Order: sequence, then structure tokens, then C-alpha cells
Amino acid sequence: MKAAVIVFPGINRERDMARTLKLVSGREPAMVWHADTALPAGTDIVVLPGGFSYGDYLRCGAIAARAPVMGAVRAFAAKGGLVLGVCNGFQILCEAGLLPGVLMRNARLKFVCRDVYLRVERSDTPFTRGYDAGQVICVPTAHGEGNYVADTDTIARLEGEGRVVFRYTAPDGALAPEWSFNGATNAIAGIVNARGNVLGMMPHPENHVETALGPTDGRGLFQGLEEYLDRAA
Amino acid sequence: MKAQVTVTLKSGILDPQGKAIEGALKSLGVDGIASVRQGKVFDIEIADGDRAGIEAKLREAAEKLLANTVIENYRIQING
Repeated sequence: MKAAVIVFPGINRERDMARTLKLVSGREPAMVWHADTALPAGTDIVVLPGGFSYGDYLRCGAIAARAPVMGAVRAFAAKGGLVLGVCNGFQILCEAGLLPGVLMRNARLKFVCRDVYLRVERSDTPFTRGYDAGQVICVPTAHGEGNYVADTDTIARLEGEGRVVFRYTAPDGALAPEWSFNGATNAIAGIVNARGNVLGMMPHPENHVETALGPTDGRGLFQGLEEYLDRAA
Repeated sequence: MKAQVTVTLKSGILDPQGKAIEGALKSLGVDGIASVRQGKVFDIEIADGDRAGIEAKLREAAEKLLANTVIENYRIQING
């Protein structure tokens, strides 16, 4: 895995992400500054980490989505390159138009920082091949604006095309309003683009990868990516 | 020349902040308010140009950055 982690001013999860990428792939990711206009040669996955790019000014992810480096990220995605956006990264991908919809203020207006349960809806994507479809994973979440909203046509298309890959559920995988804490439409926690090479998700799988820190349910995502890219190389 | 771009949430989009403000107004005893929706106003000073050119520029600014047209509408007002 030759990962490039994009560093925007105001993000704070880039080192967690880099640590996990190194842990799983054995290779240090390139840290790419937002003002750069090219990705390192040979990059096979771009990661937009979490945090508060530009202090969440205007709208979460709005200014980062227009940063110089995003031209290169867009071109990379258009060629089929894998792009992973976590938390603020998901918000940036939506603002950049690489994923549909928008992440709005949590329904109960609270910033929620705790472990949540996600049902993996499909295992046939490069991002989820390390899991079984229907498997429930426990990963941390930390956001105030993760309430996924899109118009009804877009939601119908996402559901119809099986592009919802993670959903907030109870620990047993059942849909329940109290476990969909941010009010997201259809309890959507993560989606892919039509081609399936761009994933955005609000929770942080990169923070549950080491036994010393608790559950390791997030590891499957990175392990799956590593195997997928290793096979492709 | 001065202009204003006003960005508001499209109808049908849930506005939890507006709802909270609505509740706060009620608890302050300000009655007769049916609902509140929160938006943004951008006060913009224009360096130069004719009215049509300025409007086109502001439209571009709104479309490219100031509004997320998935959930928001915008309105342009040019003063003077």
C-alpha cells in the first residue's frame, strides 16, 4: 500500500491515520500538504483524515474541498484510484462532489464522541473485503456534523445500487433509532461512489486497530485494503 | 460597490439549529413565532465592474463556494 494522507490546516487525525496505515502495511504513508498540486508517484490510495479543516468555517469541509491538492485527488479518483475519507474527510468528499449528499449538524445538536456499532452492508468492495456482509463492528466516532442528508432520489439511488456500505445499528445489527445517534438518513454511516473506488465514512476505523487500545474491529478495513492493493500491484 | 449574498436552507431540509433558536425564543417569552430557520449573510465589497459583470461574479462565488446547492438556496443583492 502506497498511501498518501492529505494534510489540511486544522485537521487532527492525520497521525492516527498514518500510524494505522504503517501498522497494517509496514510502509510509511506520504503526508501531502493541501497546497501541493500533485500526488507522489506510485500512490495507490489517497486518504483524507478527520479533524476540523479550516476550523469548519463556512461549512464542514467546504474550504478544504477547494484546496489546490483536490485537483490531483479528483483526477486520481477519476482514473479509478482508491480514495478513503474519514469524518472530516467524508465531509470534504461530499463538498468536493466526489460523493453525493452532505453531512449536516447532528439531529440533537450534540458532538458525539464514543464507540458506535456499524453493520457492514457488503463485503465486495476494496474497503470492506476484510469483513463479512452483515458483520457488526465497533469503532469510535467523534463528530458534531455527521447527519447524512441527500434528496430522496439520491437516497433511492444509493440504496438501489447498494452503495450504503456502513450503517449505524445496535450491537446485534438491528436498526434502531437510539443507535443512529446523529439522525442520518437511513442510519447511513458510510457510502461509496458509483464506481466503488471512493468511500466516505463518519466513524474512525483507524482508532480501533491495536489491542492495547481496546477492540480491533477497524483493522479489517485497512487489512482488506492492503491485501487488495498488494494483489493489484 | 457593496453586495450581499444570503444563503438559506432549502425548504424540507431539517434545521436543528433553527429549531433550537425557536425553542430559546419561546422560553424567553417571545411569542407569536411560528418557526425559525437559520441562514448566512455575506457582505461583499466589489472592486470594480458593471452591474451585469458583478452579478455574474457573485453567482459564480455562490455556486462555487458560498452555498452548497444540495441543501441551500442563495440570493444576491447588489446595493448602489
